[in-house]
Amino acid sequence: MWVAIIVALVAIGSLVFHLYTPWWSTEIASNWGSMDTTIDITFWITGVAYILILMFMAMCIYRFQSKSKKRQNLENTNHKADYNPESKKLEVWLTVITAVGVAGLLAPGLYVWNDYVTVPEDAVEVEVMAKQWEWAFRYPGADGKLGLSDAKLINEDNPFGLHLDDPNAQDDILVSDGYDLHLQLGQPVTMLLRSLDVLHDFYVPQFRAKMDMVPGLVTYYWMTPTRTGEFDILCAELCGTSHYAMRGLVTVEGKDAYDAWMAEQETFAQTRADIKNKDDLIPKVAMNANAQETDTQTVTR
Amino acid sequence: MVDITPEKIENVGPAEVPEADLYHAHSWWTKYVFSQDAKVIAVQYGCTAVAIGLVGLVLSWLMRLQLGFPESFSFISPELYLQFVTMHGMIMVIYLLTALFLGGFGNYLIPLMVGARDMVFPYVNMLSYWIYLVAVLVLCASFFVTGGPTGAGWTLYPPQAILTGTPGGAGWGIVLMLVSLSLFIIGFTMGGLNYVVTILQGRTRGMTLMRMPLTIWGIFTATVLALLAFPALFVSAIMMTLDSVLGTSFFMPAIVEFGEQLSYGGGSPVLFQHLFWFFGHPEVYIVALPAFGIVSDLLSIHARRHIFGYRMMVWAIVGIGALSFVVWAHHMYVSGMNPYFGFFFATTTLIIAVPTALKVYNWTLTLWRGDIHLTIPMLFAIAFIITFVNGGITGLFLGNVVVDVPLSDTMFVVAHFHMVMGVAPILVVFGAIYHWFPLMTGRMLNDAMGRFHFWVTFVGAYLIYFPMHYLGFVGVPRRYWSVDDTSFIPDSAADLNAFITVAALIVGFAQVVFIFNIIVSTFKGKLAERNPWKATSLEWQTDTVPPGHGNFGKELPVVYRWAYSFSVPGTKDDYVPQNIHPDDVKLVSSESNV
Repeated sequence: MWVAIIVALVAIGSLVFHLYTPWWSTEIASNWGSMDTTIDITFWITGVAYILILMFMAMCIYRFQSKSKKRQNLENTNHKADYNPESKKLEVWLTVITAVGVAGLLAPGLYVWNDYVTVPEDAVEVEVMAKQWEWAFRYPGADGKLGLSDAKLINEDNPFGLHLDDPNAQDDILVSDGYDLHLQLGQPVTMLLRSLDVLHDFYVPQFRAKMDMVPGLVTYYWMTPTRTGEFDILCAELCGTSHYAMRGLVTVEGKDAYDAWMAEQETFAQTRADIKNKDDLIPKVAMNANAQETDTQTVTR
Repeated sequence: MVDITPEKIENVGPAEVPEADLYHAHSWWTKYVFSQDAKVIAVQYGCTAVAIGLVGLVLSWLMRLQLGFPESFSFISPELYLQFVTMHGMIMVIYLLTALFLGGFGNYLIPLMVGARDMVFPYVNMLSYWIYLVAVLVLCASFFVTGGPTGAGWTLYPPQAILTGTPGGAGWGIVLMLVSLSLFIIGFTMGGLNYVVTILQGRTRGMTLMRMPLTIWGIFTATVLALLAFPALFVSAIMMTLDSVLGTSFFMPAIVEFGEQLSYGGGSPVLFQHLFWFFGHPEVYIVALPAFGIVSDLLSIHARRHIFGYRMMVWAIVGIGALSFVVWAHHMYVSGMNPYFGFFFATTTLIIAVPTALKVYNWTLTLWRGDIHLTIPMLFAIAFIITFVNGGITGLFLGNVVVDVPLSDTMFVVAHFHMVMGVAPILVVFGAIYHWFPLMTGRMLNDAMGRFHFWVTFVGAYLIYFPMHYLGFVGVPRRYWSVDDTSFIPDSAADLNAFITVAALIVGFAQVVFIFNIIVSTFKGKLAERNPWKATSLEWQTDTVPPGHGNFGKELPVVYRWAYSFSVPGTKDDYVPQNIHPDDVKLVSSESNV
């Protein structure tokens, strides 16, 4: 009796918890509402199955619990149990119903997955580069093309490992601040993902999409931001001790704000020039400093 | 008498083994320590697995303390936290569950249930245990080396597993883990070949394959899977050891670590994931199939009714086993593999739900019109169905490629696999121990302590893992030492985490009651009657209880029917053991019907 009630309570309690849970998906900020819909469909189909199975079991326990008082003594000469080893008809029906349910889950899933792997033609590219334990970003610049990169070329002056002589690389815009990724509202974007050291995963819960970043590969996903605001970037693939602290920030904004921010950024060619100038400047600065020192000495005297 | 396939079997060896005495152990050492008796080896496997499992349990407490009360336990650093996570996972999956189901229950039950005197290669069987013990000791040693054990997560994904940014990555931690795994696989192969050959060649007269108890079918299929799947883990462990120690680049592409170019180049981290999950997914079923089999027998015996749809149950086990080799990449939907693989693996993964669902239906249909005795094994079996259905259903979320995208690497995944391959199989382990303890010791486990243990474990585990799924919907990532300063995670999530931690501590302490019950009952428990559950299978029909070396008396039993002749119409008792000659079955006499 009590066991049957508790089994039923597990079913009902789970359902009530699901309906009134304070913990649910964050408000979506991308075009992947279809993922949320697929989750809802899955909840309906599997939820009905779960409640039915548990309730059937509770009913069995209630109706067919042995009346014998001694709990452990199973000797029972007056057969209460039914003998009916197989029912082909029942088993075929159950197979068919389950198969239909599974097809009902799979069909919308594969349909949306087809969208997920099919990048629209008007999508722009943005590169996310991960390393332990920070993010960096690269935009293709005016020509819309990202320059070639190679991990072997990475050094202090070329943190993204770009081919210095690749014309497409010259106008690339490099953002080393992991909290400074900007995306334009309503503009489909392909996130090209690469890693310098270990596996990472570019994860913004509000975008729903995610993909691992693998050293030696460029992976990708696409999405369209549909809501302005600032969203946390997390790493979703264990990447070492400070995995939990590998954070960043993405800002989704309208076209004007986005263009204004973009206009402030330096291109790769400009940064290279700055570095070159800085190298040239060092002796001069040193000389000036010496001069100043002499001046000071004069004043003191 | 309605028996399934009672034909005569010809062409079998003699049932009598006059030279059996030669094989009996003669000294204390060969009887209890370096024993070749599968039953002793089973107890050795079981005790070692439970001992290392308790280490895994304590590790889970430590990580739950950090998650539930992130401010309060300053000694748990991010490094230690990852080491707890990693060692907990590896211990529970490999060294506890795999070893306990196959090495423990497999060794104890296979020879007894198929009517054999022992495993066919007893000496190799003994070696299997001792190599397993060395593997466990090597694993434990990694706690004491410089840098500590590996903190790479139980999946040990390279490159991070062997780089300096991961605890134990550059030192001995990862190497000892890989060596321990290799040893485990060598030891397991020795045992596994034994289980398969014994089931195929060592069955007694009349024990056709389609008369075997489902326990044996589950263990048999799981062992075949393990023999085919573990080599993939073995080679990847060797290759990663070479990458780590000799600087080869099997899994290592060109890497810039903290601004410094490493000498690796050309390897593929995704290749490791394919190898790992080619082992890792069948591994789920290596744990689940023996549980499926055992729970089928528990339900049938304690509901006094045949298992419903026996042949379907057998084919479902075999079908699930076969399908489990073509679904591995559903662990890799967001790994960066070719995204078009998603279509194939989502389809195969959801197809596997059909035979699995049929098993669930047949378990519940076994209860239908049964004579259900709510003994402790039955309670655990019912709880298994609930938690397994729950975990199976969340598997339909994660297996359906596009639903997996937002949920992968979140607490949803953690909740899912704990429910389906942690809680559910362990509930079966408990049920099986309560069920077979009288056979192993001749005494009953204490009923009151058992019921306390059951209710706290089942209700507690459900309260731990059911709400945890919803943290995954929020987007809380797994393997995070801290989720402070994350704008989308509400403060209430911290309250839920604290609740889960408290529940985990309570469930953990309930296991102390269980261990206490085992120890006390072994020596002072109520003496069990022979065959206390009135079961039909051969292990309860031995001459002595507990069965001695050689299992059966002078003659091996002869099997006349399947193991599910419960409540057969026209018979006097509500069960007919497999080895009772059809002429000796007590029928309801015509006078008593008048």
